[in-house]
Amino acid sequence: MDLILIQTLNAVQYGLLLFLVASGLTLIFGVMGVINLAHGSFYMMGAYLAFTITSMTGNLLITIVLGTIISALIGAVLEWAFFSHLYHRNHLQQVLLTYGLILIFEELRSLLVGDEVYSVKIPSWLDFSVPLGSVMTYPVYRLFMSGICLVVAVCLYFFIQRTLVGAHIRAGASNRAMVQILGINIDRVFRLVFSLGVALAAFAGMINAPSATVSPAMGTQVLIVSFVVVIVGGIGSVWGALLASLLVAFADTFGKVYLPDYSGIAIYVVMAAILIWRPEGIFKS
Amino acid sequence: MIAAISLTARNVTIALFFILLAAFPQLGQDFYTEMVIRVMIMSIFAISLDLLLGYTGLVSFGHAGWFGMGAYVFALLGTKYQLTSNLWLTLPAAMLVTAFFSFLVGLFVLRTRGMFFIMVTLAFAQIFYFLFHDLKSLGGSSDGMNLRGKPTTAIGDWIPFELTSTNTFYYFVMLLMVGLLLFMSLLLRSPFGRALQGIRENEHRMESIGFPVFRYKLAAFTISGAFAGMAGYLFAILNSSVNPEMLSWHQSADGLLMLILGGMGQLWGGVIGAFTFILLQEVLSTFTKQWHLWMGVAIILIVLFLPGGMISIVERIKNIWKRRFT
Repeated sequence: MDLILIQTLNAVQYGLLLFLVASGLTLIFGVMGVINLAHGSFYMMGAYLAFTITSMTGNLLITIVLGTIISALIGAVLEWAFFSHLYHRNHLQQVLLTYGLILIFEELRSLLVGDEVYSVKIPSWLDFSVPLGSVMTYPVYRLFMSGICLVVAVCLYFFIQRTLVGAHIRAGASNRAMVQILGINIDRVFRLVFSLGVALAAFAGMINAPSATVSPAMGTQVLIVSFVVVIVGGIGSVWGALLASLLVAFADTFGKVYLPDYSGIAIYVVMAAILIWRPEGIFKS
Repeated sequence: MIAAISLTARNVTIALFFILLAAFPQLGQDFYTEMVIRVMIMSIFAISLDLLLGYTGLVSFGHAGWFGMGAYVFALLGTKYQLTSNLWLTLPAAMLVTAFFSFLVGLFVLRTRGMFFIMVTLAFAQIFYFLFHDLKSLGGSSDGMNLRGKPTTAIGDWIPFELTSTNTFYYFVMLLMVGLLLFMSLLLRSPFGRALQGIRENEHRMESIGFPVFRYKLAAFTISGAFAGMAGYLFAILNSSVNPEMLSWHQSADGLLMLILGGMGQLWGGVIGAFTFILLQEVLSTFTKQWHLWMGVAIILIVLFLPGGMISIVERIKNIWKRRFT
């Protein structure tokens, strides 16, 4: 029973983390129509930023605030330099250009911080465990992560559903031409969405860094899982992404416990099943 | 008149290419002979992908799944379970198995379109990646497997050739590549090939004329998978090993890059692309340790400024020539 509780908490935490990465990806798909393979690199970039900045400041909260701002700026620059040229290109060219960006990011990471596996320290005021049931304990930092991710998800909800800029984003996702005709500067909306997506992915990487390790392969892993989330949830649907993130996280976490040999494929089986049922994801946009 | 000249120019180029290719192993440079074998195997891989990408208009991002599967069929039959390593059994087996699984996967993925198709094919390739990575009964390990040896070629008591010699293997791969090119040029001129190209141009129109579009796409997906399996099979023999990385999405991306480099939807695009790609890789990796960085830069420049591939350079030069002199 305790085991199931712990795994449920793990799954929720993983699902919310995944949502932060996948929501940016699905918005970039839905609003800008761009397949961004380099999205995983932003998650990796966040983790390495966390490592670099904490080793200078020693404070995780300052790191996260500073890192998020830096990544949003990097996102805006990348949108200006590369992604703004991709809107009228076909999917294949988008896939290849962003694949080229991955190669560059990975190599830059290797040049700037090296290929070693790093760890980031959990702040001392969060570095303890709470008892769970009779014998088990659960690290508080993981609960803290779930809480923070939930707060960010709620903020995202209010931003998209309740603000004017959010309305522009939603309008851009459903009818780009009409938005332009109404006199809204769609280029600015695109740049905003892109840097928001980058910031969310990097934020996820930063907040996860203390509880996991910072390793070179982390970008690719999270990218492909985020793709599954976006397919299952439906392209461009943030709420689909939330539901799908949790679904995928539960399949993955419980797959590892009950079917360790097949755990790698559990999420893909879920995806295949969903696609038979709804070929365009749960929330078709 | 111009058409006739350019046609012969093209034929002369092709004939020259084959003569050079056939003569190459006689130089006796084993390192380079093996490199050209690699180029030819990658050409087969790229051509098989082109049937989907360039001719049917399906951007598959999971083609490495079939490549790796073909390789693993040989590894499992010949090394892990030691049933047979006879070429005449294992090569058809590799192609049949990949054809069967691409048929099954095709039933699912061809229901989707556009971005979904790209990502769903990627996801299915990941399933196979993890199966060959994790399942002990499929030789699962991140290091892969070293093979016991090359395939035997005996038919009864008669041994027509030995694949253990690099040069014989070279000619064997070359024969298969030329065979595939011939097969493709016939296929593309057949009613079936025409229908595929029609689907690429306008799927709905083909549907309303009465073509069973889904079945055509499924057939293309299956054939393409089988030939990718053949390429993987040959690649396993060349390296005498298999590895889950053969199914990774980097391998799929390499296939797409080769076609973009060479020019997709062109019979020779795959061959030119594979040559350029491997040459680029070799040159960059001798000059610098950070060759991935420059590969990335090269990819971005090509996508932004040369979306038609290397083959389009010829067209561009021709156009400039025409504008200036006629």
